[in-house]
Amino acid sequence: MTAQDVVFALLGVIAIGSALLVVTTRNVVRAALWLVVTFGAVAGCYLVLTAELVAWVQVLIYVGAIVVLLLFGVMLTRAPIGPMNQVDSGNRPVAMLIGSATAATLVTLVLQAFRSAFVHLDRPGTAGVLGAAVFRTWVLPFELLSVLLLAALVGAITLTRPSVGTAGSR
Amino acid sequence: MHLALPVVLAALLFGIGVYGVLARRNAVLVLMAVELMLNAVNINLVAFDVWLRDTVHAGQSLTLFVIALAAAEVGIGLAIVLQVYRLRTTVAIDDLDQLAEPPQEAKR
Repeated sequence: MTAQDVVFALLGVIAIGSALLVVTTRNVVRAALWLVVTFGAVAGCYLVLTAELVAWVQVLIYVGAIVVLLLFGVMLTRAPIGPMNQVDSGNRPVAMLIGSATAATLVTLVLQAFRSAFVHLDRPGTAGVLGAAVFRTWVLPFELLSVLLLAALVGAITLTRPSVGTAGSR
Repeated sequence: MHLALPVVLAALLFGIGVYGVLARRNAVLVLMAVELMLNAVNINLVAFDVWLRDTVHAGQSLTLFVIALAAAEVGIGLAIVLQVYRLRTTVAIDDLDQLAEPPQEAKR
């Protein structure tokens, strides 16, 4: 057990606990706020794994953009701010069974496969190294992704135009 | 650091996400659970990138791409949810059954 193991395990416990609260709380706004805690703990995990740039991108995009977008969604669909009845559907027991079965299968599998594997965290994963990799080796997927983001933006604007859905108004 | 820690964390987060997607009734909460599953995959990618000492950093680059994809996905998803709310004044997934097959008795 090294110091990195201990820090990672603590961050993992925080991430798992807040993720459980995200999927079990009856308050929609609180679910979004617990999601912030989960993403923050996962960003800390990336930092322990020496992936600095990924950690800060995680904080910027997930905590800064996606959670805000989800909170906008909560507000615009007029979800109640307080606790809400019927936040879970009727197939909750089946979902619990499938979720725990998935987790148990994956955990047994990865434990059998990687029980003795050891990660050497001796190379600093700075932004310069990753930036060089993205803009030398992975530059084509990077450019494709920018086109995809543009398409998603145009699609979202087109979908939410008020005239869409009111048939025959245009 | 043991590789088992990040991969077990990712497996557990993925299981929680699967539960959330299946059990939640509000469409926005389902989107949140999908984000949890994407995060689990990202942890795996970063952990294996560091473990394999990849010189071109395929795992971390793919993690950045997945994060950008998640942003696009949640944008489109919320646009669809808002449009559904505008048309039906509800985002409860159970009530959106217009495309479902009618029950067997009703068909006869």
